[in-house]
Amino acid sequence: MLRFFHQLGSPKHFYRIAGRWIPWVAALCGLLMLYGLYQGMVVAPTDYQQGDSYRIMFIHVPSAWMSLFVYVVMAGAGAIGLIWHMKLAEVIAISSAPIGASFTFLALVTGAIWGKPMWGAWWVWDARLTAELILLFLYLGVMALYGAIEDKRTAARATAILAIVGVVNIPIIHYSVEWWNTLHQGPTVTKFDAPSIDLRMLIPLLVMAVAFKLYYLLVVLMRARVEVLERERNAQWVNELVEKS
Amino acid sequence: MSGLQEFFHMGGYATYVWSSYAIALVVLIANVLAPVLQRRKLLSQLARRQRRERRKP
Repeated sequence: MLRFFHQLGSPKHFYRIAGRWIPWVAALCGLLMLYGLYQGMVVAPTDYQQGDSYRIMFIHVPSAWMSLFVYVVMAGAGAIGLIWHMKLAEVIAISSAPIGASFTFLALVTGAIWGKPMWGAWWVWDARLTAELILLFLYLGVMALYGAIEDKRTAARATAILAIVGVVNIPIIHYSVEWWNTLHQGPTVTKFDAPSIDLRMLIPLLVMAVAFKLYYLLVVLMRARVEVLERERNAQWVNELVEKS
Repeated sequence: MSGLQEFFHMGGYATYVWSSYAIALVVLIANVLAPVLQRRKLLSQLARRQRRERRKP
């Protein structure tokens, strides 16, 4: 087991192991997404207040959850890279940024599209929405900063610091619906008593959440592989790999 | 309305629901496609470099 993690830390082995995992993760993610969408779009009943518009939830909520989750992973990996100089952690951190930005973008856009029929406005400067918008800017800032510095290891250090500072935004987003009076509805799933949501709606939501997690795993592995290749372009193993292909 | 029509109608919210799903689909596909293309580009770039270096005496 320890050897496995040690190997995973080496770029060469990571490239190989990730390549082997990718098709399986992709298949599992695809299946779960299809099942979740079928349950959510066909089986789940119409909401008594929101009609069928609530079905946007099955992408909006997992995207929003993932926008926070990916950020924490990115900052955590960045911190590990900063402290232990682990190259692979740097790679995971920077590979996460565009995916997190995509999830944040999706959460904002689907939220706007859901907000229009329900609240009567595409956008309101409400605590939750504004904090989520700042999250998008943090992701974009991380990507821009990484791209602006020539030396990849220096770039990784700088972006890790930015990412870690930005973590302050995560609890703000999470608790915004409790701290401030907001239009955005409170949590219906993570309440301590029984969740106030029909099981036929909850199950596809959770399935989609798992599918989105697998999707993140899939894309972060794919991106990290490219990043490893890019960084190790002068290494012997990359030469051998190119020769074979 | 038939079942299928009703499904696409989404209780009158068709535009909102389906545009959300369409945007999500595009973003999710683009994220998978980007590293595939990047990897392909990088590998061909490295292969070209290798050939160039071979030719040198």
